[in-house]
Amino acid sequence: MCLAIPAKLVEVHGDEGVIELGGSRKTVLLSLVENARVGQFVLLHAGYAIEVIDEAEARDLAALHRMVSEASEEE
Amino acid sequence: MISTAAAAETARKSLAHWAEQAARPLTLMEVCGTHTMAIHRHGILSLLPENVRLISGPGCPVCVTPQGQVDQIVALARQGEATVATFGDMVRVPGSTSSLERERALGADVRVVYSPLDAVALAEALPSRHVVFIGIGFETTVPTVAAAVIEARRRRLGNFTILAAGKRIPPALDALLASGELRVDGLICPGHVSVVIGWRAYEPFAQRHRLPCAVAGFEPTEVLEAIVALVRQAAEGRADVENLYSVWVRPEGNRRALKTLESVFVAGPSRWRGLGIIERSGLLLREEWSDYDAARRFGVEEHEVAEPSGCRCGDVLRGILAPADCALFARACTPESPVGPCMVSTEGSCAAAYRYGRRRGQ
Repeated sequence: MCLAIPAKLVEVHGDEGVIELGGSRKTVLLSLVENARVGQFVLLHAGYAIEVIDEAEARDLAALHRMVSEASEEE
Repeated sequence: MISTAAAAETARKSLAHWAEQAARPLTLMEVCGTHTMAIHRHGILSLLPENVRLISGPGCPVCVTPQGQVDQIVALARQGEATVATFGDMVRVPGSTSSLERERALGADVRVVYSPLDAVALAEALPSRHVVFIGIGFETTVPTVAAAVIEARRRRLGNFTILAAGKRIPPALDALLASGELRVDGLICPGHVSVVIGWRAYEPFAQRHRLPCAVAGFEPTEVLEAIVALVRQAAEGRADVENLYSVWVRPEGNRRALKTLESVFVAGPSRWRGLGIIERSGLLLREEWSDYDAARRFGVEEHEVAEPSGCRCGDVLRGILAPADCALFARACTPESPVGPCMVSTEGSCAAAYRYGRRRGQ
């Protein structure tokens, strides 16, 4: 039940954002993370982003991209 | 199966090396139900050396919800005064006499939602109904429940409440380890709970119980890395917390999510299936949010209720019984006709053992 999937933020409007996942777009809530910006990656759980990171901040960039592409395929 | 055979082979060799160095039987516990599924799905048990075994812990929220609380949820649906909105996993869990699925067939209004906020939107769309969200979950999920309650107040909805049934993982692990009932040599800490609470949350009991801990991601290689790290720690006589999911897990976790959680909920006693009442392991609504307490509003209480006859989910959740060693497993209890919650939830250890046909604890 603690499943969470990573995705890239493509739009931000206050506490709401839009992510792209497997070619489709989906609204996510951003009220549980600080200052999320377009282009960052979020970890999505039950409709909310529970963490946000910069691509540059990701210590293991390859792992991040692998997770995002796998999440897209599963979707 | 492991996606890259080469990576699996490297990990297997490394694991064999450190297991030999450790030179004693090692029992590692994976806490999270999503890890349980990953371990079975990717055939990780087949890579373990003879002296290393993996057992599941109390990390499936539906599974640890006690029978009395399942009955409480069913009673709420049966009353018929409210629409019950819940995560899908809860619908088929059998209570003492009925389940949400059965009550729905009998006419109760039970809806499966993906997010607690969907339940708030449902309340807004159904002004003549009252909507109760069943707030089960660990620290990963409870901030989203808190955010939904805050949103309901912002929208001035008088027809939305929750059944506060959130739980905290560290006190439960502490209780389990302190019981002395089983020996655990290493802990695979839950990845997404750790995103919220941070990896430092495990430091106190890594020290207190002299227990190697590794926070792990969910890919097969990440789970394997964690197993290698724990076996290596055991071999070297260390008891550290290693963060192997550093893409997402920070030392202090997600402070904003924690702050949101703490603004609505406060730690208090909570009953766990198989573990009994554990102090500070529950997340109860704060007094200033008591308007959102469905239990109070509808007068449904959680009673202490016996487990279903013959069901040993409690022992499975404590890690002292392998699913296949339960007399009901695959006989009286199957995913199609489950007796206990560990066979219902897709993340339950019994469901995983049934689906992937592997004996554990060998």
